[in-house]
Amino acid sequence: MTAVTAPLDVDALRADFPILGRTVRDGKRLVYLDSGATAQHPNQVLDAEAAFLREHNAAVHRGAHQLAEEATDAYEDARARVAAFVGVSPDEVVFTKNATEGINLVAYAMGNAAAVSSSEPEAARFALGPGDEIVVTEMEHHANLVPWQQLAQRTGATLRWFGVTDDGRLDLSDVDSVITARTKVVAFTHQSNVLGTVNPVAPLVDRAHAVGALVVLDACQSVPHSAVDFAALGVDFAVFSSHKMLGPYGLGLLYGRRELLAAMPPFLTGGSMIETVRMEGSTFAAPPQRFEAGTPMTSQAVGLGAAVDYLTVVGMDRIAAHEHTLTVAALDGLAEIPGIRVIGPTDGVSRGGAVSFVVDGVHPHDAGQVLDDQGIAVRVGHHCAWPLHRRLGVPASVRASFYLYNDLADVDAFLAGVRETKRFFGVA
Amino acid sequence: MQLQQMYQEIILDHYKNPHGRGLRDPFDAESFQVNPTCGDEVTLRVRLDGDTVADVSYDGQGCSISQASTSVLTDLVVGRPVVEAFGKFDAFVELMHGRGTVEPDEDVLEDGIAFAGVAKYPARVKCALLGWMAFKDAVAKAGGEQR
Ligand SMILES: Cc1ncc(COP(=O)(O)O)c(C=O)c1O
Repeated sequence: MTAVTAPLDVDALRADFPILGRTVRDGKRLVYLDSGATAQHPNQVLDAEAAFLREHNAAVHRGAHQLAEEATDAYEDARARVAAFVGVSPDEVVFTKNATEGINLVAYAMGNAAAVSSSEPEAARFALGPGDEIVVTEMEHHANLVPWQQLAQRTGATLRWFGVTDDGRLDLSDVDSVITARTKVVAFTHQSNVLGTVNPVAPLVDRAHAVGALVVLDACQSVPHSAVDFAALGVDFAVFSSHKMLGPYGLGLLYGRRELLAAMPPFLTGGSMIETVRMEGSTFAAPPQRFEAGTPMTSQAVGLGAAVDYLTVVGMDRIAAHEHTLTVAALDGLAEIPGIRVIGPTDGVSRGGAVSFVVDGVHPHDAGQVLDDQGIAVRVGHHCAWPLHRRLGVPASVRASFYLYNDLADVDAFLAGVRETKRFFGVA
Repeated sequence: MQLQQMYQEIILDHYKNPHGRGLRDPFDAESFQVNPTCGDEVTLRVRLDGDTVADVSYDGQGCSISQASTSVLTDLVVGRPVVEAFGKFDAFVELMHGRGTVEPDEDVLEDGIAFAGVAKYPARVKCALLGWMAFKDAVAKAGGEQR
């Protein structure tokens, strides 16, 4: 992390988020610790979306009227801002419904490539079949696991994975035997949504590229919380979701290296993604349009553009430093409470602001209920990472996750809430 | 506090000292149910003796609500005619889906009335019904519904 001098003025930031001013459960101050699931929205984002709908609304990329022109400009301008935010070019950024759809887009495009590769030599590099391997990890969100399981099933390829160590890091002791000449794609998370673990990207990219495999990075939990540059990381594809970074719902982002998107067959097809259409068949537009079939999420893209501006003004390095402070305070505080087991790294090294744990003798669902009663919103369950929980020997966990609008008072409330949970259920 | 309404003493007692827990032989049918949002699970066996529920045994992992409601279930249905057991099933399901507006009948649901407070928390209704759904499924598999 870079050295950061000016800490965040959280009180000033909080004033931008109207929802943080409300109370829950009979007048309790809302302590929102579930930004890992979805973030709250500042007025700047809500206003940008509303202003677009009030003043510029029209279908993009079609129609010759002024509103259509303004809407198209707003949409493409948002794409450019998001692209700059993650260090890539606008034509390398595809708008999808969410991150999950972005991963499915790549997985289905690869499956489609296997079907068309005899007639379309360009697509052959994505094709896979029996004897080929797909590599994931045991700490993936289901969004970056199930689509690859399905792709393996459809194509006859084999799914392999990196394991997880007891302290919640990827077990990379044997990279060269997991990623081999048979590997066609390596998909892994940049930052675990459960453990907070930040995974090393370089060794996996280096090995994958050495054997000619593609790298898909799940950046859902990294892009909202730190400065991320996909070009510098050298990944081939990456996905993230607008709603986890202060932006609207219904919008995900897929980055793909220009030459890869250009060679990749489409996933969803229909209007807006074509070049020519005849009854006998069709040809497709250049990326990113090739991957954006149908009328896109326009006001949402505009809202995300505003979110990216907001985050940029605050500063991603400052946000990361702020979350680091909160995370270490939460970890240190939990360490002082007997009967708490944190899953994931217990120090602040290479880890982000998701803190998951179990309370001895109290089921996570019950713990979450007591926290909720005090106005503290956490997530309970397996957080869409069931194999990871199985690996760590817990059926479920409680997760607190931090963002720029949380402060140390939130951490204190959370720690007091955990103590109250133990008291309520009478466990020592 | 709402929380006390939810975690009635009766519920916590059943959670700490569950009735009828453990899988037993013989049995006619078994059902495995899981709550995919939280991973809670229950395996439940039913033995029928003619038209009567002769035994219910179960094992599983889950929150206090799912575990206690399964314990209460065994108290309510074991030794009763299948028809009566399903009457209790219907009453419990109605209570849980009532969002706190259904007045439970203690003669029918006994300790089950303690779950009235849980019905106010939609996210926990599935927990309370987990074992009950396993019971319904197991009885159906054992051919109990047709009798
Ligand atoms: C690491 C990770 N990957 C993927 C996803 C899926 O994101 P979405 O539900 O927006 O598609 C999430 C969010 O839940 C996540 O945390």
